[in-house]
Order: sequence, then structure tokens, then C-alpha cells
Amino acid sequence: MMLLSAYVAALRRDLLLVMRRKTEVLTALFFFVIVTTLLPLGIGPEPDLLRKIAPGAMWIAALLATLLGLQRLFAADHADGTLEQMALSPEPLSILVAGKITAHWLVCGLPLVLLAPVIGLQFDLPTDAIGVLMLSLLIGTPLLSLLGAIGAALTLGARGSALLVSLLVLPLYVPTLIFGAGAVESHIAGLGAAGHLYLLSALLVLAAAFAPWATTAALRISLE
Amino acid sequence: MTAATQTPMLAARNLSCVRGTQTLFTDLSLQLDAGQWLYLQGENGAGKTSLLRILAGLALPAAGSVHWQAQPISNQRSEYHADMLYLGHHASLKEDLTLTENLRSLIAMDGLKVSDAAIQDALTRMGLAKRQHLPARVLSAGQKRRGLLVRLLLRPAKLWLLDEPFNALDANAIVDLQECLKAHLKDGGMIVLTSHQTPDLGSDTAGFVLSLSRGRA
Repeated sequence: MMLLSAYVAALRRDLLLVMRRKTEVLTALFFFVIVTTLLPLGIGPEPDLLRKIAPGAMWIAALLATLLGLQRLFAADHADGTLEQMALSPEPLSILVAGKITAHWLVCGLPLVLLAPVIGLQFDLPTDAIGVLMLSLLIGTPLLSLLGAIGAALTLGARGSALLVSLLVLPLYVPTLIFGAGAVESHIAGLGAAGHLYLLSALLVLAAAFAPWATTAALRISLE
Repeated sequence: MTAATQTPMLAARNLSCVRGTQTLFTDLSLQLDAGQWLYLQGENGAGKTSLLRILAGLALPAAGSVHWQAQPISNQRSEYHADMLYLGHHASLKEDLTLTENLRSLIAMDGLKVSDAAIQDALTRMGLAKRQHLPARVLSAGQKRRGLLVRLLLRPAKLWLLDEPFNALDANAIVDLQECLKAHLKDGGMIVLTSHQTPDLGSDTAGFVLSLSRGRA
């Protein structure tokens, strides 16, 4: 019970901070909308081509949008010393870190899932394909937050950490991108998305078990 | 350096600390028992903060170990953290949150429950009652410092590790804080603090001074 209350406390604090500074949330969201809106305009009104590139384009945009908020995940807490206080909490740091990662997903990941149907229409995606796209994003975006947290923790306090995070995290994001976009593509091709979605879910379970722990270990090193 | 007892509450054995190529101190041992306080003295860069961070378990010593109730602190992180409160020279407050929200979230993340009335009471004692609904970013350095020191009143801990607690405080607040420290010692607490001004905790408390000078202790 105490573990849960510490988790909720970290989650609540981060959400409260976001409410106080809304522009930071909107940056990621606007980025996603802008990229996915400009693409069809730039490529031209060819429904077949748009439908073909839609899953990949939207997944890449979602991936880059989550990357935008990543280096801030721990940097602000590190700068004002609250991260130190978290590390000295009697509660395990990994629980607090899990709360922060959940907050990051609720702020940077979930809105993308909810926006996907609207964006999907711009690419002329059929309704059932939009459903699969939302499902793949729903499983995939928490995975992006979990993996990204490891990178953010490892580069904490380093100069040029924004660039370093991208370099560290992008290779880890590749499987998520392949299975996420692949799910929609194979659904459109009539092959069924189940296989891809199961693999994506397996990755999510694995990351949920290990990423908070790995992030904590990285944070302890960064704090020294 | 203190009267030898069978099992001191806090004991550090043969600590050394290396920062980059520079050795700040080697072979430093200390022990502290209930009701005692230790004042770390030394020029800038002598390793006072580094020693505090090692005692808090935030940094690892290059050699040696820190023991709490005869157990190495790395083996009992959760128990040690519950007994210990470290206040560094960061404000440790979120600029966008009010003092009450800041304190509430810090307490909740420590897994503790404190009523809003208790927070209110502690803020009043530190003279911050009128400032409690302002975001921390509009507070002065001294007010932020006081806001952080409110944690001393709210969080039960036997051992206080304080890095420059008197910084940015006005004369009244310094007196208040010294009273607060004395009360803690009387209750059997322990304090390790660094400061550029000699703290006056009364002659009836057992205090020790450790001078760190470059390269040796």
C-alpha cells in the first residue's frame, strides 16, 4: 500500500507541474499534429500513396514527439535538487521513477493515441485500420516512454544531453517502430495485426519490468 | 574522535574521497551517538559537501564505509533513509508549485502521511504562513531556504545532515533554527552540519568540530 501511495505521489506531482506549465505538453502534441498534417500536403493528394505511408509516417511522428519531452524528464528535478530528495526517500527510487514515467506517458503518449483517428483521416485510412493504429499506439507509446527514461537517466547532467538521448534511444525504438507500423500495414494487407501486436505487448511487459529498475541504476550513477 | 562506545549510531570508517585527480581526504573516521552533533569546518572545496553526500549515501567513498546502527548503509538503504534527512544547498522546491504543494509532495514521496493542518502549523512556525499559497519562484532565497527547513519539523528523522543550513537566513531565522537544532539534540537526535559561521548550539549539547583542510583531515 505504501509503495502504491509513493507511486501515486510522484505521478500526481508531475501532473500538477504539467498543469502549471501547459506549453511543455502542447509542444509534443503540436509537433505530432504539424508533422502529420504537413506530410499529406507535401506529398500530394494521392490516396493510394497516402494510405501506404500512413502507418509509418504517423509512427515516426509519434516517436519523435515523445523524444521531444524526454530530456526534461529528469533534468528539471536534477537541477532543483528534488531528484536528490527522491533518491533519499525511504521508498524505493524505482517506484517514484515509475510514477514519473507514467506521468510522461499520460502527457506525451496518451494524447497522441487519442488524436490518431483525426490524423488518420487525413491519410484516408479505413476505419478498421484506424482502430488497429490506435491499439498499436496504445501499446507502443508507453514502451517509448519506458525506454526513453533509461536514455534520459543515463545522459543526465551531460552536456548536449538532448542529442545524446536521441542517439542512445533511437536504436532501442527501432523494434517498437517496426512492430507498431507493421501491425497497421499487415492489417491493411489483410494478414491480421495480431502477431505484431502480441510482440509489441511482450516488449511492453519486458520494458515495464526492467526499465524503471535500469533507470534507477542510471540515476544513482548520475547523482554521484 | 568522540567518546568510544560499543556501537555508535553513525560511524564512518577510513573514508577517502577523490574528485577527479584530487584527493580531498583519506582515512577519515568519525562516529556520532544520540544527542551529539558534528560541525564540519573547512575552506571552499575542502570536501565538506562531499563528506555529507557520502554520509547520506548519495555518493560512494573511494575507500571506507559508512555504518548506521552497526550495519553498512548500502545494505539497509530504506531503513537508513527513513532515519536520515539530508538537506543540500539546492532549494529542492519546484518553482511552479506553492510551498504547501511542494511539502505535501515531498512528504508523500517519502511514503509518509502528514495532515494539511500539520503542514500549515509548521509553515507558521517558520514564519511562512502568509507565503504558503505563492509559487516558490516568487519567494526570496531566504524564504525558500526556510521552506526547505520546514521539512525538519515535518519529517521524523534521527540524523540530520545539513549543508549550509544558515545560508541566506536572516538573524531571527538563524536563532529559530538554532533552537530547532537544540530541541532535536535534546530529543536524542544527531546532526552533522557544514557552515561558514560557527553554530551556537549551547554548551549543554555535545558538539564536535571536524576541520577539513585540503588533502588531509
